[in-house]
Amino acid sequence: MSLRTPLRRVLGAGSAREGVHHWWQQRLTSVALVPLTVWFAVSILALPSFDYATLAAWMRGGTSALLLILLVLVGTWHSQLGVRVIVEDYVHAPGARTVTLTLLSYLHALLAAAGVFAVLKVALGGGA
Amino acid sequence: MPPRPLSPHLTVYRMTRYTLATSIFNRLTGVGLSLGLVLLVYWLTAVAGGPLTLARAERLLAQPLMKLLYAALIVSFCYHLVAGIRHLVWDTGRGLERAQSERSAWLVVIVSIVLMLAVGWCVFASAGRTP
Repeated sequence: MSLRTPLRRVLGAGSAREGVHHWWQQRLTSVALVPLTVWFAVSILALPSFDYATLAAWMRGGTSALLLILLVLVGTWHSQLGVRVIVEDYVHAPGARTVTLTLLSYLHALLAAAGVFAVLKVALGGGA
Repeated sequence: MPPRPLSPHLTVYRMTRYTLATSIFNRLTGVGLSLGLVLLVYWLTAVAGGPLTLARAERLLAQPLMKLLYAALIVSFCYHLVAGIRHLVWDTGRGLERAQSERSAWLVVIVSIVLMLAVGWCVFASAGRTP
């Protein structure tokens, strides 16, 4: 006899109630990344030069600072979700899998924090 | 553990199948872009470090070998973008028939190559000022 109710089976959410959570987050971030990455590519190509003054002035602009922060945050989250699935698919030893996933999660958190901090430092720093 | 079916296996299936090739290339380019993210954050922190730090970082970023990496990133970005949009279309329940997805696989390859050439041309046209 199953203790699961028919409704729970239909909803398919499992015991952790997060059946489609990963899938949905991956979609949510990919939709956001379409305009964000295209904006980034176009802005980078439109920059007249890559010296400090130009880059700092660009990053001090409110819109570009905001979009850069979003790009870093959404990008790292999307990357974390994608890389996780690949590790789950190809790293089979339970111990190695857990260690790899943990390290990759920390690495993505570090990237997100460092990227946001860097943009904020330039945007709010008021001159070097 | 009893033998269980393994997901995307790289060596036992025929890679000439269009679905398998487009799918695995989407993963590969995704990993490439994850590495690109590291580069992006490195570059952002270099700007945050001030003019001297940035100058030092840009000397590293201007190495000839890095150009190869930028080319790979452009290829990865264009492909992953177009293939990702194909996935989003699939998610609405459209284009899942075999013939349709075969057609969209070719569309992805063609559109992403055109995009790669366009971006590559823009980068080439602005060469000299790119790091």
